[in-house]
Amino acid sequence: MLLIACPYCGNRPETEFRCGGQAHIARPADPTALDDDAWSAHLFVRANPRGIHAERWCHAHGCGRWFNALRDTVSDRFLETYPVGAQPSRSIETEARA
Amino acid sequence: MRRFSLTSLLSESLTGHEGWGRQWRDPQPKASYDVVIVGGGGHGLATAYYLATVHGITNVAVLEKGWIGGGNTGRNTTIIRSNYLYDESAALYEHALKLWEGLSQELNYNVMFSQRGVLMLAHNLHDVQSFKRHVYANRLNGIDNEWLSKEACKAFCPPLEISGRLRYPVLGGALQRRAGTARHDAVAWGYARGADARGVDIIQNCEVTGIRRDASGAAVGVETSRGFIGAGRVGVVAAGHTTTVMAMAGVRMPLESYPLQALVSEPVKPVFPCVVMSNAVHAYISQSDKGELVIGAGTDQYTSYSQQGGLHITTHTLDAICELFPRFTRMRMLRSWGGIVDVTPDRSPIIGKTPVPNLFVNCGWGTGGFKATPGSGHVFAHTLATGDPHAVNAPFTLDRFRTGRLIDEAAAAAVAH
Amino acid sequence: MAQQFRLSRGGRIDRSRPIAFAFNGRTVQGFQGDTVASALLANGIHLAGRSFKYHRPRGILSHGPDEPSALLSVDRGPGRIDPNNRASVVEAYEGLKTRSQNHWPSLAFDVGAVNDLLSPVFVAGFYYKTFMWPRTFWDRVYEPVIRAAAGLGKAPEEPDPDRYANRHAHCDVLVVGAGPAGLAAALAAAKTGKRVILADEGAEPGGSLLHDLTSEIDGRPAAEWLRATLAELDGRENVILLPRTTAFGYCNHNHVALTERVTDHLPTGASQAPRERLWQVRAGEVVLAGGSHERPLVFADNDRPGILLAESVRVFVNRYGVLPGRRIVFATSGASAYTAALDAKAAGAEVTLVDLRLEPDCGSGPARLRAAGIPVLTGHTVVGSKGRKRVTGLLVAPIGSDGRCGGRRLLPCDCVGMSGGWTPAVHLFSQSRGKLVYDAERDAFVPGSSAQAERSAGAAKGTYDLAACLNEGDAAGAEAAGSLERRAFTATSTPTGFQPVRIMPTDANPAKVRAFVDFQNDVTAKDIKLAVREGFQSIEHVKRYTTTGMATDQGKTSNMNALGIVAGQLDKTLPGVGTTTFRPPYTPVTFGTLVGPARHALFDPIRTTPIHDWAESHGALFENVALWRRAWYFPKPGEDLHAAVARECKAVREGVGIFDASTLGKIEIVGPDAAEFMNRVYINPWAKLEPGRCRYGLMLKEDGYILDDGVVARVSPECFHVTTTTGGAARVLAHMEDYLQTEWPDLQVFLTSTTEQWAVIALQGPKARAVIEPLVDGIDLSPEAFPHMAMRSGTICGVPTRLFRVSFTGELGFEINVPSDNALAVWETVMEAGRPYGITPYGTETMHVLRAEKGYIIVGQETDGTVTPDDVGLASMIAKAKKDFVGKRSLARPDVVAAGRKQLVGLVTDDPKLVLDEGAQVVADPDQPIPMRMLGHVTSSYWSANCNRSIALALVANGRELVGRTLHVTTPDGFAAARVAEPVFFDPKGERINA
Repeated sequence: MLLIACPYCGNRPETEFRCGGQAHIARPADPTALDDDAWSAHLFVRANPRGIHAERWCHAHGCGRWFNALRDTVSDRFLETYPVGAQPSRSIETEARA
Repeated sequence: MRRFSLTSLLSESLTGHEGWGRQWRDPQPKASYDVVIVGGGGHGLATAYYLATVHGITNVAVLEKGWIGGGNTGRNTTIIRSNYLYDESAALYEHALKLWEGLSQELNYNVMFSQRGVLMLAHNLHDVQSFKRHVYANRLNGIDNEWLSKEACKAFCPPLEISGRLRYPVLGGALQRRAGTARHDAVAWGYARGADARGVDIIQNCEVTGIRRDASGAAVGVETSRGFIGAGRVGVVAAGHTTTVMAMAGVRMPLESYPLQALVSEPVKPVFPCVVMSNAVHAYISQSDKGELVIGAGTDQYTSYSQQGGLHITTHTLDAICELFPRFTRMRMLRSWGGIVDVTPDRSPIIGKTPVPNLFVNCGWGTGGFKATPGSGHVFAHTLATGDPHAVNAPFTLDRFRTGRLIDEAAAAAVAH
Repeated sequence: MAQQFRLSRGGRIDRSRPIAFAFNGRTVQGFQGDTVASALLANGIHLAGRSFKYHRPRGILSHGPDEPSALLSVDRGPGRIDPNNRASVVEAYEGLKTRSQNHWPSLAFDVGAVNDLLSPVFVAGFYYKTFMWPRTFWDRVYEPVIRAAAGLGKAPEEPDPDRYANRHAHCDVLVVGAGPAGLAAALAAAKTGKRVILADEGAEPGGSLLHDLTSEIDGRPAAEWLRATLAELDGRENVILLPRTTAFGYCNHNHVALTERVTDHLPTGASQAPRERLWQVRAGEVVLAGGSHERPLVFADNDRPGILLAESVRVFVNRYGVLPGRRIVFATSGASAYTAALDAKAAGAEVTLVDLRLEPDCGSGPARLRAAGIPVLTGHTVVGSKGRKRVTGLLVAPIGSDGRCGGRRLLPCDCVGMSGGWTPAVHLFSQSRGKLVYDAERDAFVPGSSAQAERSAGAAKGTYDLAACLNEGDAAGAEAAGSLERRAFTATSTPTGFQPVRIMPTDANPAKVRAFVDFQNDVTAKDIKLAVREGFQSIEHVKRYTTTGMATDQGKTSNMNALGIVAGQLDKTLPGVGTTTFRPPYTPVTFGTLVGPARHALFDPIRTTPIHDWAESHGALFENVALWRRAWYFPKPGEDLHAAVARECKAVREGVGIFDASTLGKIEIVGPDAAEFMNRVYINPWAKLEPGRCRYGLMLKEDGYILDDGVVARVSPECFHVTTTTGGAARVLAHMEDYLQTEWPDLQVFLTSTTEQWAVIALQGPKARAVIEPLVDGIDLSPEAFPHMAMRSGTICGVPTRLFRVSFTGELGFEINVPSDNALAVWETVMEAGRPYGITPYGTETMHVLRAEKGYIIVGQETDGTVTPDDVGLASMIAKAKKDFVGKRSLARPDVVAAGRKQLVGLVTDDPKLVLDEGAQVVADPDQPIPMRMLGHVTSSYWSANCNRSIALALVANGRELVGRTLHVTTPDGFAAARVAEPVFFDPKGERINA
């Protein structure tokens, strides 16, 4: 069970959290402007990297707030957590390493 | 290929079994092949086997970065069934089940396919409706599946608790009698031996590090830890690592890779006669020929390549097992492990073409790929040999995510595969 | 004669407390402090079981958790019988019953031993090569026979009366193993004041110190140091000392799982404590000091009862006061067995030691032994053993300088102690994903770089000298606690070192020799060689093909030998072959421990409404819906489901019914941007909905499929009272929060779950208004003032209410929202007020029937995660003017707009009495060949008492175009004809609802 540092509450066990998948996929401002390819990519294509992954977590059974995290998907080690809307302190290598 | 039989076994027993040779060779990779298959699991090896036997294409290499069958093939709970709801899935898994039924003889390798029956339990009225929908759809598709009362479930699987004390009492179940289990390692080894005997090169400890494309964009071979290997066609069958491999050709996939855990108990004398699945409480259990209870757990909620999941996933699974089978609390967990399963948005596989010419992919089997192994290999071989999908895998395109023609068994029935 | 092999003194057993237990029905005498193994040996019993495959007689090999052979069924009373217990760790107590396993008719005479004669055929993987013909024989003949022969003990047959507990704990330093290294670590860490947990799998902490009679630590005998140390740790409030507690799983982020065996060592009923307790420890730092395991020697017939590990002989002698034999031959390739030989000699045994190593490589050992009167044969190999159910002699031979064996010599004996060196217990380190490195000097995989906050110390790290273990432990404990303080222990130096040997050199034909590597699974050296010959070269392949290392000891005794043999065959180094990954658990753990109390009512929380007890006392039967228990129907005496539901249905349409709708999900959406937020998450328009009015809302997932539905009231311009389905409440709130926080953080909106705050009493039927009229204050209930789909605030029975005029039945209806605490009182008052009108409580089944008569969908029944608004005929709800809402874009995908989608229709069976099965499939032509083309399926189907016929809803391809056509629907034994109809069966004009 992971130990996750909620930016608002501190370290808590994973069972208090819900993982929301890849972070930094902004919903298009005007989805109707996207063709089917672009829309399906938005909906379904994921970096799924073997390495550093920027992902979303919600402290569902705690403060209820969403935040982002960088985690190494090989070691499951968290590098950092940070608020929604912010960028991590280090560059995400997802695309390069994916 | 030296045939396996009781006679050959007895004759070898007289000479200390010194006469058995390698079950498959350990060849050096050639400069190029007609087809290169990336991934030496059951699906990849079966693909090579059927390329050779059905399509006469033997200039084939299977590249495996570790040891064959070491991924999900050797890490699953070996449940085999075909009672899926949608026509597309039912056709695919039934195609596989029919191949399973003659596989030991076909391969001359005892894969111990055991048609012990798979019983899926209903715990609420919604389950009942959903299972009946399956039973009826299967009947019209020619697939055996029958509804059992809870008493009939208990008769079929005596350790099952059907009293009202359960948090979610058993209301009945759907039974596919032709379904069952097989010896997972033997499937990989049997296909490897059969493919090898027909000229396929099985190359272990050979990691693919790149996919080379020509000026037109078509795939022409793979870079590996043992050098470049040319290929007329490349088939990627890399399960949890598919995203990584496909990215080498610039293809982004609708996949996420999750840890999936399983465990076995200490071996005991026969106590569990069938396979029982309960999607409502997340319990999947059978007993192996060796006597171990084989128990499948759920996936973790986050993607990971660590082949290790959280303890709470395991304990939750055992909660369900002991809820349904109270006598098992004194059994002991002997070994647990994790695999990496690649999951598509509709939890159905992708088998077919990619945007890159000569590059084909077979992935997204999620938690249920083992049961499809022969069928998956058979239709993927067809696709690689002809350049076009077999009728059975035609619906399982990458393109369905664009058009919206999803095949979502789980959404349709709240059924995990 | 009882306990004829018990020494007259010594050992840590309590001689003042004799006990007796049963082994195969025979009474065995022992003392408190004995394990079953030590007591059996005290009585000269070595034969303890039969092996898995060949049914060979097997004895006790080890004194610890690595025991592969002596596995017993243990009977602690009714429902408390379980198999495969290692005799070496089961603590004996008065009245315990044990049985050996895997034999018939008896342990001494086992028919299954015929397998041993067939062993030339039953080699590794033989079953892959045969049993294929005739095909049907696998299921019917071969597999049942194989299964009956396999397995070890018998699974429990009754429910388990014992309790299991679960505890979460946090500490700064977790120390695993209370041997010298672990104790030193715990001492060092404890001194800093940090919270320390020290767990040890043994009945008594101390590890090797429990059987070390000769060493001194800091000038004191080891046992005395141990006593003092334990007393010090025990006296510290910051230390939790857990004996009988095995750390079995090292998970992510220093989450370590321990199993504490609380009562198994006590007579049944002696304690009210749980049987076992799972400790889930989240540790700041972990010190791994779990010791090491001794390796057996691989030689012909090395598996006879009476052949033990050398250190285990020493343990039985020193700790339990038992001589495993009177004439003991120690066979070794290393130094530790010399100590064991000396201790056995001191205890009175006749001892000989055979060392594979040449004299110059043996150090001072031979001289010390000879001085004590022990013959030592250096440069000798073991080529076999004699005896059947007990070893009677060991065959040894000198090895010449050319490596060849000289003449054989039989050393008569009744016990052998063998030692092939030591393997550090790196299991937990490996589980933590630390990297193992091969240390050639120690011939072992030892901890390399760490992946988590842990460190190893002592034998677990390949350090065997006592002082070194203590100092390493001290340093590890101090470091883990963040202390710079170090102390230096002095201790008697320990003879260490061994020469790695995979298979003992022999003069016999290796193809004929059966030298066991995995004792339980009957894997021999030649099995492993066969696997390599057949192309299985990765150690994982060899394991899977031969089953070596897959037994209940998980290879603790066998892995290094197997690995060495594979490496030898391939002419590779050990790391070249690779080591297997260690997976949890370290030793087998009961399911009960992992489950704890999480069964029945504690398996999942049970949610009940404030009306639940009332419903129960009025005879309701319940159904599970998500976590909720909902009243399903209220049968009167003699009524079945059918009769009760028919009565309830009629009552609602003809009079008034009352229904507990409290489980509906409720979310309060408040803020200046509430309407804008609603616009984005629902397909409907919300801006123009006036306060006090309601609207049926439908929401989609981003993929365009229906997520949930429910009536929404606008309480005020900035406040919406949203309802969701019972099962969807949490999902919907999470969905909304996700979009609000991550996509639209600019919106000023707050979401609050009010599901538990508002109880909902639905009053439905033409008499509904009359019933509540006298009870309501502050709300004009007239149809003009309070029309359908309106919401008013006021009081009912003096309790504040949000009163909804809504209907899920097609009748005049009200949903009375009141604070949960007042709900039962309001319910009972309404019931009383309704009595003159024949008010009838109804359950979910009647609710389902009534809404189906009206063609109202239930999300999850008519929809299944692949259904769009248009599919269920609700496309008109989509606000055309809205540029965007969640899911809108997906509705434009090619296959979502394509023709041929399944659409919601009604089905009217030709036979009005026939109620179709929900889930039944619909076809156009029932006579077509299989596989048939299926058009859709029945989503809802009921007997409608109000229509006096059956009704059904179905999703059918192009269904709306097929209205009027006859289709065919599956029944349990065929097909039934049914006409496609509009999905409304009662009051198609919808007049009653506005009454």
